[in-house]
Amino acid sequence: MKYYKEIIIEKCIKLVAMSTISILILIIFFIFRQGVPFLVKYGLPNFILGQKWLPQENIFGILPMIIGSLWVTIGALIIGVPIGVACAIYLVEFSGKHTKLFFKPAIELLAGIPSVVYGFIGIMVLAPFIRSNFGGSGLSVLTASIVLGIMILPTIVSISIDALSTVPLSYKEGSIAMGATNWQTIVMVLLPAARSGILAGVILGMGRAIGETMAVIMVTGNSLKIPSSALDSTRTMTSNIALEMGYALGDHRAALFATAVILFIFILLLNIITMTVIKSKKTR
Amino acid sequence: MKFGKTASIFFIFITLVYFLTGIGAKSQKIVRLAGSTAFLPFAEKLAEHYMKTNKDITVDVQGGGSAVGIMVATEGIVDIGMADMLSLPKETDSLEKVVVARDGIAIIVNLGNPLTNLTLNDLTQVFSGKVKEWKEIGVNLSGQIRVISREEGSGTRKSFDQLILKSARLTTDAMFQDSNGTIREAVKSDPNSIGYISIGFLDSTVKAISVNGIVASNENVILDTYKISRPVYFLFKQNPTPETKNFIQFILGKEAQKIIAADGLIPVVKI
Repeated sequence: MKYYKEIIIEKCIKLVAMSTISILILIIFFIFRQGVPFLVKYGLPNFILGQKWLPQENIFGILPMIIGSLWVTIGALIIGVPIGVACAIYLVEFSGKHTKLFFKPAIELLAGIPSVVYGFIGIMVLAPFIRSNFGGSGLSVLTASIVLGIMILPTIVSISIDALSTVPLSYKEGSIAMGATNWQTIVMVLLPAARSGILAGVILGMGRAIGETMAVIMVTGNSLKIPSSALDSTRTMTSNIALEMGYALGDHRAALFATAVILFIFILLLNIITMTVIKSKKTR
Repeated sequence: MKFGKTASIFFIFITLVYFLTGIGAKSQKIVRLAGSTAFLPFAEKLAEHYMKTNKDITVDVQGGGSAVGIMVATEGIVDIGMADMLSLPKETDSLEKVVVARDGIAIIVNLGNPLTNLTLNDLTQVFSGKVKEWKEIGVNLSGQIRVISREEGSGTRKSFDQLILKSARLTTDAMFQDSNGTIREAVKSDPNSIGYISIGFLDSTVKAISVNGIVASNENVILDTYKISRPVYFLFKQNPTPETKNFIQFILGKEAQKIIAADGLIPVVKI
């Protein structure tokens, strides 16, 4: 009797696991079925290298948005990674137990704030600040990078904390015993040892940054030009889809699905690249 | 684990509610509307009002945008499609059309901008990017003009393009926001910006400028002196159901038009 129960439960769990993957496959299938025919018709090079997006005239080029997505994501990493890793080092190595008990949940609370709230703060507080101190319209790559940098902090911090705490104590003890200072120990022993974990956090953060839509729509200004400086307005691939999907019909709609296909391939490539980087460094 | 349990109970509850209400609604007659997001809040309010007096009819209102409104009306998915654009596309030729309200579009600038009036021609120059600096159109304000437009496909955008830009293209420097509210917010905080919103969305945080010397107001749209406005259409198949007919009659009635006027749109019937 007990034996059957085991089997049933096992099968059920298997089914649940499969359904997760089947949802993923369904999403991929749906996006590709809608987007790929358009890509074939319009031509992939025309689509990803075209600099003009004029749906009314059937001109669909998403190069400005690809560059916009890259700028904003890289900007978010430049701001979020150093702060996030430094924060994790502090919490693991320097802070007292009570500080840690307060800080860690507080940082994780950042992840619970809806992105529209981040966008709102970005447009009300950050954008005017940047306009009056740096120039431009305030709705810019820089603003989006700062907002996204803060949004990816909880991911990077909590995964880096986990990675740093799993480094065996003997590594640290050995390093200190050799006469290394605290700082040398952190930079030369702890960080390299926790590298793959920290990189995993960075990848997850990057995924969140490139996929974020609502906050980005609110703070980038969504212009269709390739940004020439960090103070220029830009539009990301996700914003383009969200902004226009509500109205789009026919080819325009298909072009938005094709944007999603490109975005999907993009994220896949980024993940593969970072994974191989982690692996190659591990084996070295 | 605890979360999972609560979540699943919640999910089952929602599903139950969905099915129960779904079955309950079947016994009633339904009028379905979809389309224009600009008219959506009005349609919802009017539907609520209508259902108070006509308890046997359910009016179901959804958004989606003008283009969606046209599509679902031509395909017969809804009874009435709502579209707020100047000229309707060819697909709507076979449909019946009724203008249920008008909506004026105001050109807005920051409160710190000394500008008070522009000609239509100036507006075309500004929004097409032929004029890039405020000084070039005689405004005592340093720096570039920052044009803020609505996103591609919006009814306001389409009407604005036809009325102001005509054959010209919107400047590539333009920034985009996806609602009246966010354009107003952006113009409010940026001294160099210029944008356009429905007259109903005007408030004291931004300044509406006159066009050809005519103030942007609902009165002037009714008098036909302020030219930047667009109609809100109801589109429906020929020979609509009696419920649909009744609802349209209600919308065109005095009571409904009063509600439309009270919230900032322009009624099509004298009230």
